Amino acid sequence: MKSSVITFPGSNCDRDMDVALKKFGFKNKMVWHADSELPKSDLVVLPGGFSYGDYLRCGSMASKSKIMQSVINFANSGGIVMGICNGFQILVETGLVPGVLLRNKYLEFICKNVFVKIKDKKNKYFKNVDKEVFEFHIAHNEGNYFCTNDQLKEIEDNNQIAINYCDENGKIVDQFNPNGSIKNIAGVFNKEKNVLGMMPHPERMIDTSLSGEDGSLFFKNLINNLK
Amino acid sequence: MKISVIITLKKDVLDPQGKVIHQTLDGMGFDNVNEVRQGKYFEIDTKETDNDKAKAKVEEMCKKLLANLVIENYKIIDPK
Repeated sequence: MKSSVITFPGSNCDRDMDVALKKFGFKNKMVWHADSELPKSDLVVLPGGFSYGDYLRCGSMASKSKIMQSVINFANSGGIVMGICNGFQILVETGLVPGVLLRNKYLEFICKNVFVKIKDKKNKYFKNVDKEVFEFHIAHNEGNYFCTNDQLKEIEDNNQIAINYCDENGKIVDQFNPNGSIKNIAGVFNKEKNVLGMMPHPERMIDTSLSGEDGSLFFKNLINNLK
Repeated sequence: MKISVIITLKKDVLDPQGKVIHQTLDGMGFDNVNEVRQGKYFEIDTKETDNDKAKAKVEEMCKKLLANLVIENYKIIDPK
């Protein structure tokens, strides 16, 4: 399986993602934002970080970079595109996934482990996964998911909500909503579910002695689903 | 020609920064404020000399980059 991780000026989780993808069997290539052609890929990842210093709106500048037209074409032709954290912010700015990510409700940068519940398994990312609740890491200032009422109805009707923040038993309650996101939304799909944007970092949970192994489960499952 | 643009958050979008500014103003003794909403202001110096054409271009910029229309409104101020 071939993957590509796009590096934007200010990306800082691109190499972590490279390590994670290689650990679970992907042949990964790093792709520079100013390139126009995407290498042949089974998976394209927009990594976390602070592309363009979060100027204007997080992800807004990166969403217009040269490589993104190829990423958009790849996504529109059914390619698997995953955006993590700043990558999610870039995805919403391209319009590939609905909604926006606002400043966290309590105006603080949040850096901690959270639990998320898998909302939908009829997709390449979570199909066959043998777990309902994952422990992932979040580190963001703008992760407060927001969309219009019409968009919310649409994503609910199409089962586009991928994961919700929850407690360790999978209970989706306000108390475990770290950033004020509507309905505890931590990740959403596009309509066709080949594009996933999510705030949590699975690549930070791939080592039992350093963090946890829920990220390992996620990547192992993903590569199996793509084979 | 210089054209100015003001971007504001839509009415229903939570503005935590505006809220904190409001609270701070309140703490400073400015206690008759109903609400504060924070926005953005741009000055765009364009090579275009035709007023209407310039405004149309700036409007396109607003739609494509300067504003995110899910949460923001834009207002183009007529060049003087």
